Amino acid sequence: MDKTINVTLKVWRQAGPKAKGHFETYKLDNISTDASFLEMMDILNEKLINERKEPVAFDHDCREGICGMCSLYINGHPHGPDSEITTCQLHMRKFKDGETITIEPWRSAGFPVIKDLMVDRSAYDKIMQAGGFISVTTGGVPDGNAIPIPKDKADEAMDAAACIGCGACAAACKNGSAMLFVSAKVSQLALLPQGRVEAKRRVKAMLSKMDELGFGNCTNTGACAAECPKAISITHIARLNREFIKAKLSD
Amino acid sequence: MWLIDSSVGRKFVMGITGGFLVLFLLFHSIMNVVVVFSPEAYNAVCEFLGANWYAIIGTLVLAAGVVIHFLYAALLTVQNLRARGRDRYAVTTRQEGVSWASKNMFVLGIIIIGFLVLHLIQFWSKMQLVELTGHGDHALAADGAYWIQHYFGQPVYCIVYIVLLCALWFHLTHGVWSCLHSLGLDNKTWLPRIKAIANVVATIVVLLFMAVPVYYLIVNVFGI
Ligand code: HEM
Ligand code: FES
Repeated sequence: MDKTINVTLKVWRQAGPKAKGHFETYKLDNISTDASFLEMMDILNEKLINERKEPVAFDHDCREGICGMCSLYINGHPHGPDSEITTCQLHMRKFKDGETITIEPWRSAGFPVIKDLMVDRSAYDKIMQAGGFISVTTGGVPDGNAIPIPKDKADEAMDAAACIGCGACAAACKNGSAMLFVSAKVSQLALLPQGRVEAKRRVKAMLSKMDELGFGNCTNTGACAAECPKAISITHIARLNREFIKAKLSD
Repeated sequence: MWLIDSSVGRKFVMGITGGFLVLFLLFHSIMNVVVVFSPEAYNAVCEFLGANWYAIIGTLVLAAGVVIHFLYAALLTVQNLRARGRDRYAVTTRQEGVSWASKNMFVLGIIIIGFLVLHLIQFWSKMQLVELTGHGDHALAADGAYWIQHYFGQPVYCIVYIVLLCALWFHLTHGVWSCLHSLGLDNKTWLPRIKAIANVVATIVVLLFMAVPVYYLIVNVFGI
């Protein structure tokens, strides 16, 4: 089972936010197909360190697809060529022997490059801070299951809550729009009675924060949902539109 | 003003104006096929839509719709290019389920504008405009059937119209469902349905429009 492949990597190197970036080519031999993509990147960095060269900076944390920290635009796809997984869940068996793998950072005005493959995604945190929460003015803790929630609503809210905020949607979007992210975060709360209370204020605050941070206008191409590691549906975007338009019309 | 300051507001305006234009095109395409069956009936419609107050108001509202749709489309396109950033990806791929039309709406729109200008010069300027200004040939101002025969008697114009209508078809296959989606009228059950509706509406409108140049092409070239 221990199959190995040789690959050529074309990696984006950029010394800092203002520096001019370029592609650097590296050859890696005898990479196990059982290795994860990030393990392959670790091997590359080990090699670079041994050669007394600067290792490649890239983001990662949990390495099990739940934190949303890993990124990387691999061969034209955020999170690589496989579907519904994050980069940390991608394995080298998805690549062919002798293949050239191009690795780029997220490219979007909302996500400026910090170094190499690492981008600043604090814009998503700012959008969350603008309204992606329920204020704790609810009195005592209510009994569990005291608020009835229809099954379909609960399912839909859970699907939206699967968003890990990795930024693949804005990275994939030709319009640099963060609508899939914002719509998932608005939806998961708007669908539940606990979130309805502040629904209007929330949708207006989160959307205007998104606009203010320079993300683009959604034109419903659907590239975001096609690349989303959590398969968030673009129908959440329709809900966001609906919630926002209703909130504005009732002002 | 949220209709210009917010991204969803801007898409709301795109959707309303685009949807309104689609409804107009449905009417216009149905009206056009009348000429195939009865040039007299068609001319009666032309008479009705001459320089009457309601036709003039209709024309002004339509013009406003096109202008607003176009200005917003230009604004959106510029903002989106800026949001995309200066650095482009070295490797790009086609994502599954992402239609070609959805990525080229502005280019398709520019082609439609070109088509519109040609069409206004060929027909509107010889008809309603003549009635409004009093300059030009009054006898032919309500004779739509004459003008159709005049232009579509030349096969080159039939071909030009047929080709340009294809651009409209692409714009509508994305535009119709995108319009509903932008207005918030969509969910998991309806997404495949409104996409199907968009294809059906686009195809009906374009086939109805194409029927006229195709009919004249056959009659004039093959003399059936
Ligand atoms: C005047 C030239 C035109 C230009 C430059 C243009 C451009 C655009 C652009 C950039 C979009 C946004 C992309 C999107 O939402 O996916 C759009 C949407 C749309 N256009 Fe046009 N278009 C033009 C003419 C038309 C015409 C004549 C119609 C009607 C038949 C039309 C119908 C629509 C519809 C229904 C939408 C969807 C609106 C939405 O998604 O909110 N457009 N157009
Ligand atoms: S590293 Fe946590 S999701 Fe990939």
